[in-house]
Amino acid sequence: MSNAHTAVHGEHHPVDPNVPLEYQGEENSLRVIGFWLFLAQDMILFSSLFATYIVMHGRVAGGPTSQELFDVTGFTIETIALLFSSFTCGLATYEMRRGHRDAMIGWILVTMALGLVFLGFEVTEFIHNVGEGATLQRSGFLSAFYILVGTHGSHVTVGLLWVTLLIFQLLRRGITPVTARKVFLWSIYWHFLDAVWIFIFTVVYLTGKVI
Amino acid sequence: MEAKEHKFHREEGFPWKHILGLFLSLLLTAIAFWLALATHQPPALVITIIVILGVGQLLVQLYMFMHFTESDDRAWQVPALYFGLFIVFCVVGGSIWIMTFKSIVA
Repeated sequence: MSNAHTAVHGEHHPVDPNVPLEYQGEENSLRVIGFWLFLAQDMILFSSLFATYIVMHGRVAGGPTSQELFDVTGFTIETIALLFSSFTCGLATYEMRRGHRDAMIGWILVTMALGLVFLGFEVTEFIHNVGEGATLQRSGFLSAFYILVGTHGSHVTVGLLWVTLLIFQLLRRGITPVTARKVFLWSIYWHFLDAVWIFIFTVVYLTGKVI
Repeated sequence: MEAKEHKFHREEGFPWKHILGLFLSLLLTAIAFWLALATHQPPALVITIIVILGVGQLLVQLYMFMHFTESDDRAWQVPALYFGLFIVFCVVGGSIWIMTFKSIVA
């Protein structure tokens, strides 16, 4: 590990071989802890959307119910794609700490491809639902459903745009304390989105098929 | 710098920890799908179990993938995130509780 780090050391701080690049220097460490605090509050934001959805689940106002609307094949594929993307994202961080820039970019590209599969199925599902008259304004249930699942989907979209920019920085600057910290923050954001999706498929999709 | 404690994973050799994380998350997902779609247990029981499995998945993500306990000093994100989870529990659990009570009264 130390060999890989000295080969790509940054220009701002002396490199401590016992510490990964993304924690080198006080500012990097503070940014990592700050990002964790952001994730904790983002989790609370999602909790209010989940609470609204759970309360609104049965309020269909004569419109389609979750039993009729949810397509098992679609949300199964979305779940598998996101679970594997979390794994490949972990491998990108793993290669980053070993100093292998190209392998790291390769795993990020695989992660992005799986993220696009997820988004593709989600958008298709929304378009299909709207075609059947299940729109945002149809019932309290559908309003809460689209806001909760759509907020997660927009987080995934932001994650894809974010990492696209980071790939350009990696290609131009290599793995430095700054780029390593940026990719590390993106990776915990991506894992966090997978964790949120786990609760969406549990509380929204699977529960919506049970009751 | 020397006085601080370092807690980082050594990223050496084959990434077994990531493989184990993937295996556990797929296993927990498969159990949840099977319970919800292929068995005919009472809904309240199924929902309780799959939510517990979801919490298990969250712990797998945090501890296998997210480098949750890492820090160059103290891992302050651990109490912060658990406090966040406490708020989540209050918001979601409190909403279910109060709305169930309201529907009983009404």
